[in-house]
Amino acid sequence: MTIQAERAADDMSDAAANARTGTPPAAEELHGDPYGSGDEAAGGRIFTITGGDWDEIADSLGEAPEERIVVNMGPQHPSTHGVLRLILELEGETVTETRVGIGYLHTGIEKNLEFRNWTQGSTFVTRMDYLTPFFQEVAYCLAVEKLLDIEEQVPDRASVIRVLLMELNRISSHLVCIATGGMEMGALSAMIFGFRERELVLDIFEMITGLRMNHAYVRPGGLAQDLPPGAVDKVREFLALMPKRMKDIEALCNENAIFKGRTEGVGYLDLTGCMALGITGPILRSTGLPHDLRKSQPYCGYENYDFDVCTWNTSDAYGRYRLRMDEMRESLKIVEQCLDKLKPGPVMVEDKKIAWPAQLALGGDGMGNSLDHIRHIMGESMEALIHHFKLVTEGFHVPAGQVYVAVESAKGELGCHAVSDGGTRPYRVHFRDPSFNNLQAAAAMCEGSMVADVIVAVASIDPVMGGVDR
Amino acid sequence: MSGEESRPSSGSPGAVSASGEIEQPKPQPLAVQEAEIVAVRRGMFPTAGGGSDTSGYGRLVRKIELPGQSPRPYGGYFDEVENELFGALDEQGLAPELAIERVVVYRGQITFQVRREHLVQVAKTLRDDPALRFELCLGVSGVHFLHETGRELHVLVPLMSVTHNRRIQLEITCPDSDPHMPSLYGVYPAVDWHERETWDMFGIIFDGHPSLTRILMPDDWPGHPQRKDYPLGGIPVEFKGAQIPAPDQRRSYQ
Repeated sequence: MTIQAERAADDMSDAAANARTGTPPAAEELHGDPYGSGDEAAGGRIFTITGGDWDEIADSLGEAPEERIVVNMGPQHPSTHGVLRLILELEGETVTETRVGIGYLHTGIEKNLEFRNWTQGSTFVTRMDYLTPFFQEVAYCLAVEKLLDIEEQVPDRASVIRVLLMELNRISSHLVCIATGGMEMGALSAMIFGFRERELVLDIFEMITGLRMNHAYVRPGGLAQDLPPGAVDKVREFLALMPKRMKDIEALCNENAIFKGRTEGVGYLDLTGCMALGITGPILRSTGLPHDLRKSQPYCGYENYDFDVCTWNTSDAYGRYRLRMDEMRESLKIVEQCLDKLKPGPVMVEDKKIAWPAQLALGGDGMGNSLDHIRHIMGESMEALIHHFKLVTEGFHVPAGQVYVAVESAKGELGCHAVSDGGTRPYRVHFRDPSFNNLQAAAAMCEGSMVADVIVAVASIDPVMGGVDR
Repeated sequence: MSGEESRPSSGSPGAVSASGEIEQPKPQPLAVQEAEIVAVRRGMFPTAGGGSDTSGYGRLVRKIELPGQSPRPYGGYFDEVENELFGALDEQGLAPELAIERVVVYRGQITFQVRREHLVQVAKTLRDDPALRFELCLGVSGVHFLHETGRELHVLVPLMSVTHNRRIQLEITCPDSDPHMPSLYGVYPAVDWHERETWDMFGIIFDGHPSLTRILMPDDWPGHPQRKDYPLGGIPVEFKGAQIPAPDQRRSYQ
């Protein structure tokens, strides 16, 4: 953390500063600081602080606490959800201005997508918001399927499994939100419970897709492979266990005086603010508006599931916590219905010009190429080999045009704007990541509150920097 | 929201004067127009690197066409939205043909191609008219069509009406030589970061944005990475003695 105190340059000599702070930054260090000019007349005095007692730091300023302080929190800070940089202007302990610096995790995923074929895109988009990989995969695949005009041909089983995975993913994402949010407030038990339960979901993901995150399991036209044997039983075990585990978190937090004291009335953003700032997801629903794309504009057959859109009416961090718990319960309901809806059948479209030629199979060294398929293309059919080669190296052509497809991710509306020029690669894919948009509300939520509330407010937005910066 | 009354009026004259010499808005009848040709490709493989297309398809000419104006009726709620919007614009004294270039219905989605001079007024109408009420703006997404002369840069703005449960999209274009567009910040504050991102990635200047600075790339970064003439970067990789070129240097299908 760097504290920059606005003050006249001449009121404290370096020697005096050395005596007070104990570990003063040398003048050379100050000048070498890329984030501070070191020019006291222009930017004020800079202190670099990596720990210690706040009172000592405040005392070292040697002046009344009313003076304006700019705190640069992050980008490497344990309570800013990854590499988020918050630039806070303080009057004493009250935040008067909040600015958010992002871009530290920008990896150019959207640019990279333009150099791979449409199927490979799934591998990239899953890495954007790494806590909600299935939502990006589904949004991307729905967009590609819309461009191909094959939405109707996607088999039911594939859609049911997509819904199943998305809802499990919603649970795991909300658990991380509650866990990290709790940890940032000092509630380490909430963190331990949250990550413990998330592990149950990740075990299911690992069993079904082979990976705990970055799955690339949902592909344009369907899925990479069918559910492995035993997956349904594992999900049923989870469904039986999870309500009990959720009670642990609820017993710990719901009526906890400290938890409520930290979260109630904190991070307040009402419906008007949400609409103006384009906020969707739990933050919007915590204002009482039941806006959920799964209900209002269903995709993947969500209209066939029985579930409620949860709302809360406090518009604060506590409401968002309660709302997420309620949503997890609804997700469990949907997952249960998915299991009942699972009927045997294909998980990839019929069209052999689009469908990936082979599904993966379990071999001696783990999941890999299907030996049956390799036998077929290498030993039996030259045409199958040509077809496989063309589809895998060149990919399928997608008609020129553009679509914008949105799904209700755990964090809000996740939009995918896909543009095709008729080729085998995306011309442009843009993701409207809910965290990116919702993080804009940080200033509206934090200004006028205490420094400690900034942490809670940002945690209640649930930003994931992988998605924000893409 | 209180400052928005002055913002569009201060922002739009600049856009008009900046673009006035490029395209003179003339009223056009909204007839079925030809598809929008964004590029013409020859051969099977790009030959920009100096090599020749040895595939035997060197004389193949392919036009990249985006869908053009759709014939009426569009179906669903699209006709109603169009009628309401055109009616509301008429009431404000703005001929709809001046403001809207094309209405494209593609894959069950409607896109209004709006002339940039009138974007703010159209967006404000879409937001405030009780029959339209597109109160949620879901971002700004740029596209760079390198070869579509005079309309190189496109921007897509998806809008949603929670009240009526409808979705539409606005599409705005501007030439690379004059990459200006009026900012929607005064109408939809939500586009703040989205416009900064589009500036960062495509170099489109949104006139009237309060602080149009880079958001994802470092402040001193040269160029705009999502443009098609900006290289992907990357280095060749040696694998078992052979050089594998970087992804954007490989020979690839068009």
